[in-house]
Amino acid sequence: MPPVISTNQLTKRFGQFVAANELTFQVEKGEIFGFLGANGAGKTTAMRMLCGLSIPSSGKATVAGFDVYTQTEKIKQNIGYMSQKFSLYDDLTVAENIRFYAGIYGMSKQAIKAKTTELLQELQLEKEAKTLVKALPLGWKQKLAFSVAIVHNPDIVFLDEPTGGVDPVTRRQFWDLIYAASDKGVTVFVTTHYMDEAEYCNRVSIMVDGVIAALDSPANLKQQFNAANMEDVFYELARNAKRKAD
Amino acid sequence: MKTLIFLLEKEFRQILRNRQILMTLLIAPLIQLILLPLAADYSVKNISLAVVDNDHSPFSQRLINKITASGHFRLTGYATSYPEALKMVEQDKADIALQIPIHFERDLVRENNKQLYIAINAIEGTKANLGGAYLASIIRNYNDDIRLRWQSATPSTPPQIEAVSSNWYNPLLNFKLYMVPAILVVLITAIAAMQSAFNIVQEKESGTIEQINVTPIKKHIFILGKMIPFLVLGIILFTLGLLVGWLFYGVVPVGSLLVLYASLIVYLFAMLGLGLLLATYSATQQQSMSLAFFFINIFNMMSGVFTAVDSMPGWAQTIVSTFPPSHFIKIMRMVVLKGSGFSDIAWPLTAMALIGLFLNTWAVLNYRKTS
Repeated sequence: MPPVISTNQLTKRFGQFVAANELTFQVEKGEIFGFLGANGAGKTTAMRMLCGLSIPSSGKATVAGFDVYTQTEKIKQNIGYMSQKFSLYDDLTVAENIRFYAGIYGMSKQAIKAKTTELLQELQLEKEAKTLVKALPLGWKQKLAFSVAIVHNPDIVFLDEPTGGVDPVTRRQFWDLIYAASDKGVTVFVTTHYMDEAEYCNRVSIMVDGVIAALDSPANLKQQFNAANMEDVFYELARNAKRKAD
Repeated sequence: MKTLIFLLEKEFRQILRNRQILMTLLIAPLIQLILLPLAADYSVKNISLAVVDNDHSPFSQRLINKITASGHFRLTGYATSYPEALKMVEQDKADIALQIPIHFERDLVRENNKQLYIAINAIEGTKANLGGAYLASIIRNYNDDIRLRWQSATPSTPPQIEAVSSNWYNPLLNFKLYMVPAILVVLITAIAAMQSAFNIVQEKESGTIEQINVTPIKKHIFILGKMIPFLVLGIILFTLGLLVGWLFYGVVPVGSLLVLYASLIVYLFAMLGLGLLLATYSATQQQSMSLAFFFINIFNMMSGVFTAVDSMPGWAQTIVSTFPPSHFIKIMRMVVLKGSGFSDIAWPLTAMALIGLFLNTWAVLNYRKTS
């Protein structure tokens, strides 16, 4: 089976500044791929290129079999995305948010209804269906945002620091959702600053100053850097970074 | 198409849920429409007049009576000398000082000629202009009266040409009839250009637009989803505005409502295009507000709401002809006051449509899902 994400020397420049420099990697179907790096290392830039939100400066990449230069709209049909910024409408209820996003992905009314019931059950939000999203605690919002990002059963879901500011218990629950999605065959591409979360990934890449400095399974990385945990691996690689945080 | 329905459903939900926005969109403009025409009245009343009567004759007394009886002037005081009267003007106690010279009656009778002196405080141009004109016309009238009385005695008065005008379309020169349609346009402009821009920029600020951009939604569908709700709101506001104009000012359009509403839709198309364009150039609501204020202020001052576009220099008129409100104000006045039909408003209507097409095309081209 061909990889769902494949990049070859993918590069994005903003003027003189090279935000992402010659990224080359593959992500297999159903994989949970951790995309790590210090603030300003170029993670979000890389992710935005893969989502069709940003056109690369050079290099090649395909996502779900589609080209990131010419087939961005096709890519968009086959991916889900959860941005760093909150992506749900605060002034709509839980059910209305699900309905809206499912609707714009072209799902039928019946399918939306069934999906809404299913999601509310899964998230244990049945009682909150008519609550405005702004009234929900952050952890719940993030879980809902993830479920909405995959409401249309995409091949791949991109998560940009999905658990930032979320308490450890909710983070664990969030990862249960990620595993559940992965079990259904959804490829998960996730950035995070939590090294315990990096351990949950099948493979991890670590970006430093716009380039991928390491890429392997957490176990292999720890062995390679002779480190006890991913925190040490990350520190070993990122401490020499020249770029300051964004 | 189905996507558009989901978008519209969402937009209307958000707008209807936000009471404050709903108030700003509908109630505030109506209050403005009730209040503003009271201020936009060019007929000048209550002009303060100081009189220096050096003659103290029945003739001078009759002139002063005639002036105060006109209803435009309020006699604020008699001064004993011209400098004293001027002081009253300086202290803002009088707008106009009228000096009746000594021997006014005697010279008028004997020499058939006498000069009066009028000093006008010209700080407030309109008031000074009109006040001076009113006063001059009263004095002319007074002069004619005297002459008429003398006519039998002095048959040699030279014949005079008198022009008599009749006011068409607004016989009583009721300024409200002229202002209400224009003010309604001003209010519609604010809603269409500003609120639509805010709405889109708000999605940029909250980050939801990024989520929209990563969906396969088509650009033009998204834009239609943003425009249609404000088009509907604009039509509702316009309807309420016509009702207010009728209830409070007795303004009933002479022309057909079909012509009015068709023009309104073309106008909204153009102004929503502007809002959209402003939104594509703004990252924050503050930026879009500054941009919108810039345009709306210029529109309001230059589009012929208060002063006639025809009296501007040619180059300024050319600029104004690119402002959609100038065309819609013209159409509104033509249809509401004169009852003009489609053939009469063909040019301003076409101009609005072309400007709208231009603005919308620019906005769509400039709106990017991808950076």
